[in-house]
Amino acid sequence: MATYLRPATLSEALANLDVDARNPPANPLDRLGILAGATDFFPAAAARQAWFQPTPANILDISAIAELRGVTTGPDGVRIGALATWTDVINSALPPAFDALKQASRQVGGVQIQNRGTLAGNLCNASPAADGVPPLLALDAEVELVSAAGSRRLPLADFILSNRRTALRPDELMVAIHVPKPADSERSLFLKLGARAYLVISIASAAVNLACDEAGRITRARIAAGACSAAPQRLPELERRLAGLPIADAAQAVDPGVLAPLSPIDDIRASAGYRLAAVETLLRQAFDALGRPLERAA
Amino acid sequence: MTMHHRPAQEAILLTVNGQEQRIIAPPATRLSEVLRDHLGLTGTKVGCDAGDCGACTISLDGRQVCACLVPVAQAAGQAIQTIEGLSGTATGRQLQASFANHGAAQCGICTPGMLMAAADLLAQNASPSRAEVMDALGGVLCRCTGYEKIVDAVVAWNLPAGEPAGGSGSIGRRIPKLDGASRIDGTALYGADAAPAGPLWLRAIRSPHAKARFTLGDLDAWAAARPGITRVFSAKDVPGHNSFGVYPDLKDQPVFAEGHVRYRGEAIAGIVGEKAAVEAITLDDLPITWHPEAPATGISAGLAAAPALHAIRPDNVLTRGLVERGDPEAAFAAAAFTAEGRYGTAFVEHAYIEPEAGYALRKGDRVEVFACTQATTMDRDEVARVLGLAKEQVTVLASACGGGFGGKLDVSLQPMIAVAAWHLAGAPIRCTYSRIESMASTTKRHPAEVFARASCDAAGRLVSFEMEADFNTGAYASWGPTVASRVPVHATGPYKVPHVRNRTRAIYTNETPAGAFRGFGIPQAAIAQESLYDTLAEKAGIDRLEFRLINALRRGDATPSGQVLEASAGLAECLERLKPGWQALLADAESFNRRTTRARRGVGIACMWYGIGNTSMSNPSTMRLTLDAAGKITFWNGAVDIGQGSTTVLGQIAADALGAPVGLLHSVIGDTDKTFDAGKTSASRQTFVSGKAAEKAGAALRAEILRLTNAGPDAVIRFGNPLLVIDGGRETTLDPASLSPLPDGQVLEGIGSFDPPTTPLDAQGQGVPYATYGFGAQVASLDVDTALGTVKVRKIIAAHDVGRAVNPMLVEGQIHGGIAQGLGLALMEEFIPGRTENLHDYLIPTFGDMPEIEVILVEDAEPLGPSGAKGVGEPALIPTAPAIFSAVRHAVGVIPRRAPLLPHRLWELLRAGQS
Repeated sequence: MATYLRPATLSEALANLDVDARNPPANPLDRLGILAGATDFFPAAAARQAWFQPTPANILDISAIAELRGVTTGPDGVRIGALATWTDVINSALPPAFDALKQASRQVGGVQIQNRGTLAGNLCNASPAADGVPPLLALDAEVELVSAAGSRRLPLADFILSNRRTALRPDELMVAIHVPKPADSERSLFLKLGARAYLVISIASAAVNLACDEAGRITRARIAAGACSAAPQRLPELERRLAGLPIADAAQAVDPGVLAPLSPIDDIRASAGYRLAAVETLLRQAFDALGRPLERAA
Repeated sequence: MTMHHRPAQEAILLTVNGQEQRIIAPPATRLSEVLRDHLGLTGTKVGCDAGDCGACTISLDGRQVCACLVPVAQAAGQAIQTIEGLSGTATGRQLQASFANHGAAQCGICTPGMLMAAADLLAQNASPSRAEVMDALGGVLCRCTGYEKIVDAVVAWNLPAGEPAGGSGSIGRRIPKLDGASRIDGTALYGADAAPAGPLWLRAIRSPHAKARFTLGDLDAWAAARPGITRVFSAKDVPGHNSFGVYPDLKDQPVFAEGHVRYRGEAIAGIVGEKAAVEAITLDDLPITWHPEAPATGISAGLAAAPALHAIRPDNVLTRGLVERGDPEAAFAAAAFTAEGRYGTAFVEHAYIEPEAGYALRKGDRVEVFACTQATTMDRDEVARVLGLAKEQVTVLASACGGGFGGKLDVSLQPMIAVAAWHLAGAPIRCTYSRIESMASTTKRHPAEVFARASCDAAGRLVSFEMEADFNTGAYASWGPTVASRVPVHATGPYKVPHVRNRTRAIYTNETPAGAFRGFGIPQAAIAQESLYDTLAEKAGIDRLEFRLINALRRGDATPSGQVLEASAGLAECLERLKPGWQALLADAESFNRRTTRARRGVGIACMWYGIGNTSMSNPSTMRLTLDAAGKITFWNGAVDIGQGSTTVLGQIAADALGAPVGLLHSVIGDTDKTFDAGKTSASRQTFVSGKAAEKAGAALRAEILRLTNAGPDAVIRFGNPLLVIDGGRETTLDPASLSPLPDGQVLEGIGSFDPPTTPLDAQGQGVPYATYGFGAQVASLDVDTALGTVKVRKIIAAHDVGRAVNPMLVEGQIHGGIAQGLGLALMEEFIPGRTENLHDYLIPTFGDMPEIEVILVEDAEPLGPSGAKGVGEPALIPTAPAIFSAVRHAVGVIPRRAPLLPHRLWELLRAGQS
């Protein structure tokens, strides 16, 4: 018998997850599935349905839990509630370090998807090409996971394990994404490469956050690449090389050596070799774009 | 476990278009399904059920969303507005009028979604820029219009209307579509939108394997044990022939496969029952045993496959085509310059936004089929044969058709639902394909592997041409023979070439059947031919446009099939009129490239020709125009309007021939009981063939009226009740009620028929395959990002000789849409069975992918056509991909030989070019 639960409180939702986790059904497909904006749920269901495969029937709809909504700024940083949509992020007043996240939000699906899909859902879906992940990695985002037993915070990089795999336990719910307060001077850019203009899954993507001193020297670089490995990755070697460089020279720090954390695949959208070359180009392009206005200002 | 327990179906309260609605449905039901099935609001269209196409866009709580992605439980308490609600608002009506006046709706299936997205934008920004319109509507796909006229309509949404309909003398005017209102306000009934009460639903069981043997268990016992399931139909239940196919001698595709399947997606049975029950069935639950085998994938595997896919073709070669003229070998040996190359293209999906849908109902010993189609009479004949009935026992009613492009020329669900309806008399049997089912099971554009060689003399005059082209026709014949016969006739392109040998083969494989798709193989061949001509122009040191002008077929020239063109060959004029734009774009590219390194700008050109109508085969059309006792004029028109506008264009022609304002015509479209056979809506033939029939029908009715009033040929008829006929100074009234009625109650009729004159092709492919040809040429300007291999097409100038533009706005719409599909073919579209079966992995152009388009209409009148008109539907697509490839080559110096030119493929070409 299909179950559809739509609790109004977090505690009720967690209690339901707890029951399900303690009494796991024989078929994993019968697990209580968490539903928010439903923008991944229905397409996956359509794909299974078309080939007579069973679809998930037991659903925990968290959309009525008011405390999970909204994007709020506090003294320590920004909290993106589990129900915050791409549109909520686009419409929030956020510092320039979030520009990349906003740019990614504008390129997820069409406006219809942006109005419904949630960033938390994007993280939990854990697609290698998830456009929300690289900007949040570059912001050192943490995810807050709550269960009836308590709560924990994980760095995003530790939450997404690989293609479609996360550290979320069956009794847990992601309630928020937390972004520590970035430097006021930090600027960011997200570049997405796809084979068409709108409604496109990334072939490769790059999120770049750079903080500079008044002389235009990079004080801190946080860089992530998407769709080039089972989970989007930060590029620590590149970040290390950039520290202290004048921003005008940043593009020169990019070479194939800094892309070692990436392990792209050949698929219908592109070849692995192309992806590596493309992300290298995107990174240089991002540094150039971020460098230009600073030079003008200086 | 009490927390888990909740009634599955408690009432949900919705506010839809301001009205409270109480819904009983499972909470996870898609809102789109609730709106359509529970509330009858079928203006919200379902194109993909995955948020990929935006056809179901509605407003939820003041924001555009895809109704297919909203669980109905989440919509409770929020304001829902659909197209039906928008139509009641002032903004909605203004937007709709603007869509009509700009020709922004063709088939109309995406239009409600476009309007809802546009209304969402206008609520925030009443004067949006073009870029803002594209961003806001970018989540909705359109396959017909190329988007430009949609942007025009939204930007100008509150400006006064253009030229209204009405008055006499409609040919040449930009008249809004006669059937436009229903395709803009959500009231047009597409295949999934209508059925008699109390239907059962059929769901086809399809093979997940490309090649397999299978056995079916006891399906009757299985069905009997399942509540809500009525019956399962399979091959043994087909009362007539368990086969279909568009050629009378090639009915090689079973309605339900018998024992083995030849492609992934092939139907083996149909489950019939209540909708929820048939949707809940899973493969594990079914008594089917599969034995998968290694499939033949691709042309060479098809040629090698043993045993053969079909016993009638032991070598897996479905058909061969040949056109041979002169002595190509000798000519190649003597030529000054020669170019050759191998080219390849992929399966291309039609991606009409309306998946196949319809219903069938048995009434006594007759069966009625309502479905989306491009060919009502062919559908009727197929269904009658499958049921073992006389043709007269089957009625086919064309639903509004949400795009076709060749993909709805073959039957899809019609035979299956007819079989079920035959056994379950009195129950309407409905079926709606899912997007994935549509993509996996219905026909595609043929992948081609082409070798071609061309040569010219020192002055750039073409002397010889040779092509060997293999087409992957998939598991079943469909229109493979048409592709194989059309391509050799056209493969030189529209040029004088004295020595020609073009050979084609269509080859069976274990892949999706390839059939008709806008151009029947000629777009694939044109990529090769035009690329070779760029090489020859380069070798001969001649400008690429001039090279084509030197060689252009003109009036009086003989084609490779030996046909002397007697009239209407406007290619040279197209090229002359492109020259200023061509030269300006070349200068622009040169200047741009001096300033940049990473981005390289290129300009390309390509030409096309296309025979209008069937190849060397009779393809008549008959039209009827009547007057009833009250003076009402009815146009009985069997031509299915798939969005291109034949209802409007044929209406304009008939009205002008009759001498009546086009607004007075009432149209009855595509009903096999009431309308004569107009032939299929394909081969760009309706304006030319059915248009001529409509012109004759109008003239015949006019002659009847003039005869009854003793008026001369120049008399003016004022239609009304009674009619007034003014002949110079003499006025005569005609009371239609005084005339004795015809069997169907009408009092006067005019019937017109036309079958374009052709002759059979002989063994060397010589003859007159077509009565007339469309000609055209396109110039493309684009930028290549040499670091990423991406291509941004900036501008296309399209010059097409259409004979006469009966409705220039609709002709432009065809050209824009053809360019969009040509751009997709060139740059992004690749159907891979099992891999790109949805609209997020299979990419078609979106709003942001389209270039600025400038249309140049050349009117070199065709004496056989109505007012000189010929077709444009397919011609528009053919030159686009080769023009884009020509521009890429100009920009970066590599020759694209494989479509689609995905970014990584161009990047690899550039790398190979550098090393």
